Amino acid sequence: MSKFEALAGNEAVATAMRQINPDVVAAYPITPQTSTVQKFADFVADGLVDTEFVTVESEHSAMSACVGASAAGARVMTATSANGLALMWEIVYIAASNRCPIAMSLVNRALSAPINIHCDHSDVMGMRDSGWIILFSENGQEAYDNLFQAVRIGEHPDVLLPVAVCQDGFITSHGMERVEIYDDADVKEFVGEYRPQWSLLDLENPKTYGPLDFYDYYYEHKRQQVEAMEHAQQVIVDVAEEFNKKFNRNYGLFERYRLEDAEVAVVAANSTAGTAKVVVDQLRDEGLKVGLLKPRVFRPFPAKELASALSHLKAVAVMDRSISFGAMDNAGPLFLELAAALALHGVQVPMADYVYGLGGRDISPGEIESVYRDMLRVAEGGQVERMVTYLSVRE
Amino acid sequence: MEPKGWRDIPIGGMILEAGNSVEYLTGGWRAFRPVFGEADCIHCMQCWLFCPDSSILVDPENEKMIGFDLEHCKGCGICAAICPVNAKVIRKAGEELARDDARLCIRIVEEGKFQE
Repeated sequence: MSKFEALAGNEAVATAMRQINPDVVAAYPITPQTSTVQKFADFVADGLVDTEFVTVESEHSAMSACVGASAAGARVMTATSANGLALMWEIVYIAASNRCPIAMSLVNRALSAPINIHCDHSDVMGMRDSGWIILFSENGQEAYDNLFQAVRIGEHPDVLLPVAVCQDGFITSHGMERVEIYDDADVKEFVGEYRPQWSLLDLENPKTYGPLDFYDYYYEHKRQQVEAMEHAQQVIVDVAEEFNKKFNRNYGLFERYRLEDAEVAVVAANSTAGTAKVVVDQLRDEGLKVGLLKPRVFRPFPAKELASALSHLKAVAVMDRSISFGAMDNAGPLFLELAAALALHGVQVPMADYVYGLGGRDISPGEIESVYRDMLRVAEGGQVERMVTYLSVRE
Repeated sequence: MEPKGWRDIPIGGMILEAGNSVEYLTGGWRAFRPVFGEADCIHCMQCWLFCPDSSILVDPENEKMIGFDLEHCKGCGICAAICPVNAKVIRKAGEELARDDARLCIRIVEEGKFQE
C-alpha cells in the first residue's frame, strides 16, 4: 500500500534512493542538494539500505567514484547542484562516454558568479551536450517518480547512458508537499535488479573500460552514443507506460495542460509549470483559450513530437530559466532548440522567449499572466514585439 | 586489418578481450633501438621485469634472455637503464659512456643508423 507523506522534494528524492537501494552512492554536499544526501546518509547509518556510501573530497571525485563503481557493475546514484555539477564536468562527459548508467538527482541552482544558491537552470543547460539523458520534474512527486524511471531508462541495454533528474532548487527541493510514497516492495519490483553486461568485477572475463581511443575509432564510439540517445526516446516512453500502469500516473515525453483546444501556449519546465497551470485555469475562467506545455524529457529532445503538439497554436511563449549568452538574440536554450524544431518540422507559429527567474528571482502568477496576454495579442494579429524578453528585470 | 564500423565494436571503447595489445604493433613508434653490445648478458631478467611493453624475448626452458621483440618495443631504453652489466661496464670504464657505446651489454642506438 502506498501512503501520503508531507515531504520536501529532497526528502522525497532521498526516500526514492532508499527504496531503490543502490549499490553505491558517492556525493559531496552542495546547497540546495545537501538535504538529499544528508537524509540518505541517515538511511545508511540506520542500516535501511545496503549501499556503499562513498564520502569524497569534491564533486570531481564523487563522479569519478560513480564511474568506477558503475564500470565495476554496481547500480550507482549521486546528487548535486550548480557549482558541484560544474566541478564534476570532466567526469560528467566520461560517465556518458563510458556508458555508465548512473542516476543523478540534480537540484537546479544558479551558477556563480556572483555567487548565488537559488534556483535557475544554468547548471543543467551546461550539460545538455554531455550525453546524459535529462528529465525535468515539476514538484517533489515528479522528482520522486522520475528517479525510479531514470534507473530503468539508463540501465536499459539499448541505452546504457547516465540520467539526470532535475527539480528546482529550494522551490521544490525544500518546499514541503504531499507526496505519495509507494510500497517498498512495489518499487523494488519496478526497478528490478541491475544485471550489467560488462562488469570489471567479472574476473572470468577481464576487460578494459576507458582506454585510449584515437582518430581511428573515437568517432565510431560517438556515433554509438547517438544511437543510444535515439533508442532512449522509445525506452523513456515504454518505461513511463509501465510506471503509469503500476503507480497510476501519467508520464510521457511532455505534459499537455489544457493545450488541445488552446490558441496560445506557454512552454515552461520544472516548478514554473505548476504556477503556469494556475494562471491557465484563471484565464480559462475568463474564456481565453490558453494552455501549457511542460517538457519532461529535455535530452533526448523530442523535436518532432513537440513541434506536432504545438502546431495548432497561434502563438507560443517559451520560458527560459537561463540564458545562452551570445546565442541568437541572447535567448535561452529551450527557446533556441524549440524554435529550430518547429521551423524544421514545418510548424509556423509566432514564438517569443521569456527569460525569467535567474538566481532564484521569484516568478509570480501575474508575470506569467502578462506573458499569456502578450501572446493573446500576437494571436489576434499583433506582432511579436521582442524575440527575447528578460521578464521582471529592473531597468 | 580493415577498420570496423560503429555497429561492430564494443560500446564506450571497452576492450572485452584481455591481452589483445599484442595485436597492436607499436614498433613503428621507435626512434631508438636496443641492441646487444660486447659485454656478456648474465640473464638476470631485470630488463624482462622492467620492460613496460613485454618486449624482452626469453627462452623459458633455458632461462635465457635472447633478444628484443622489435614489433612491440617502443625504444624507451628502460632495459639499458636497468641493466646491471651496463652499470658494471660504466664503473669499470671510470667515465660516462654514450648510450650506444659498444662496450655495454644493452646498447641504445638510433634507428636507421645501426648496421647489424
